[in-house]
Amino acid sequence: MSGGGPVADVIVIGGGLVGAALAYGLSREGQAVTLLDEGDNAFRASRGNFGLVWVQGKGSRSPAYARWTRASADLWPAFATQLLEETAIDVGYRKPGGLTLCMSEAEMESRCTLLQGLRTSLHEYDFQMLDRLELRELLPAVGETVVGASFCPHDGHVSPLLLLRALHQAILDRVAYRPGEEVIAIERRDGLFHVRTRRGTRAAIQLVLAAGLGNAKLAPRVGLQAPVVPVRGQILVTERLQPFLPLPTMQVRQTEVGTVMLGDSHEEVGFDVSTTVAASRDITRRAIAQFPFLGDVQMIRTWGALRVMTADGLPIYEQSQTHPGAYIVTCHSGVTLAAVHAKQLAPAIARGDLPPELDAFCAERFEECHVVQAQ
Amino acid sequence: MSFRRSDTGGTNVRFTFEGRPLEAKEGETLAAALLAAGVREFRHTPASNQPRGPFCMMGICFECHVEVDSRANQQACMLNVRPGMVVRLQRGARDPEA
Repeated sequence: MSGGGPVADVIVIGGGLVGAALAYGLSREGQAVTLLDEGDNAFRASRGNFGLVWVQGKGSRSPAYARWTRASADLWPAFATQLLEETAIDVGYRKPGGLTLCMSEAEMESRCTLLQGLRTSLHEYDFQMLDRLELRELLPAVGETVVGASFCPHDGHVSPLLLLRALHQAILDRVAYRPGEEVIAIERRDGLFHVRTRRGTRAAIQLVLAAGLGNAKLAPRVGLQAPVVPVRGQILVTERLQPFLPLPTMQVRQTEVGTVMLGDSHEEVGFDVSTTVAASRDITRRAIAQFPFLGDVQMIRTWGALRVMTADGLPIYEQSQTHPGAYIVTCHSGVTLAAVHAKQLAPAIARGDLPPELDAFCAERFEECHVVQAQ
Repeated sequence: MSFRRSDTGGTNVRFTFEGRPLEAKEGETLAAALLAAGVREFRHTPASNQPRGPFCMMGICFECHVEVDSRANQQACMLNVRPGMVVRLQRGARDPEA
């Protein structure tokens, strides 16, 4: 079953937020795209996401990442409007700014230092440290033990599930979407990439690996590498409440329908999405310290999902040198970066050349890390 | 659609819904008791303000939320009806201050 079908411009492997945003952007460039998605048994980070479009604090050791994140946050308002116009789906994007709550003076200081550093390297980077009083004015529900917070106007939040749905809806009639197609083999033959699944072989001029944790195995087949590991995050969600939190925090976010998401746990436990009492307890304790009234609120659901993490937490963007036309795209911020993936990365891939600003995200950096560690 | 008890025996339990006195049988869930009494609207969803009623009857869908004895967002399918229960429509999201 090879070579018989039509040849696409690009095959994107992975139908989560990263792959769908790229398929969306590529198809808007007029590219003929085939999107291969795995089955319901895939570890879908996109289905377990917290929903922050988050800038503050990101890239403190990587100005390139800080700039890239900020670029996406700047693109987000127009991106959300465009999705609404194309699909009539309101993904619930709001940009009221975001807060990181600090529980001690020491946390306030280190937070301030971190954000000042980012402002110095990025220039236009707005943030403000709010003291106890200023924070209470903004959020009367905040607990006594909260010392203050950092506020950043570039932050926002969105429904990650509606975002995924909107992207898939938008590409429905312009991308060949193939669900349930796990990739078995990739070959380069006659200047084309041939991707084999159990249902057949698809051919394309270019290939994008956007398979999340699955990228680790796929990348070496086209001369790339993706040293990504799963980091589990657990999330709890409450009953619906009247609005009390007009802007998201790192760990507590009220959705537009009133439920409150509590999260931000990090565990390296392999490919295990189960939930634990210990993590639920840590998450709820912290949330109750931040917003005491939550102690009397009912939890309705909890779940675990796997972040796609590299050793330094940064994305990998790279075109293969041995297999030109093959790209790796992987990150743990598929929501935040969705706008820049659709509006900047996808057009770059369509042109066949990644911009120099993404040089910092080559996987080569991990080899250098190993060398340094060995010495 | 109407609901009919398959077993009409048992002890009667009196409770109210929106101030209206109703009767149920001991051991029934609150959701079953309300459905048997002809109640279809249990709550108004905060998402669109539309009326909602029980869907799954097994604690999963959260469509049967009612206010019970001043406690908001109670799953009627997960509670047994008790004598003297004061049940109200769940109108929109819970006010955590209340």
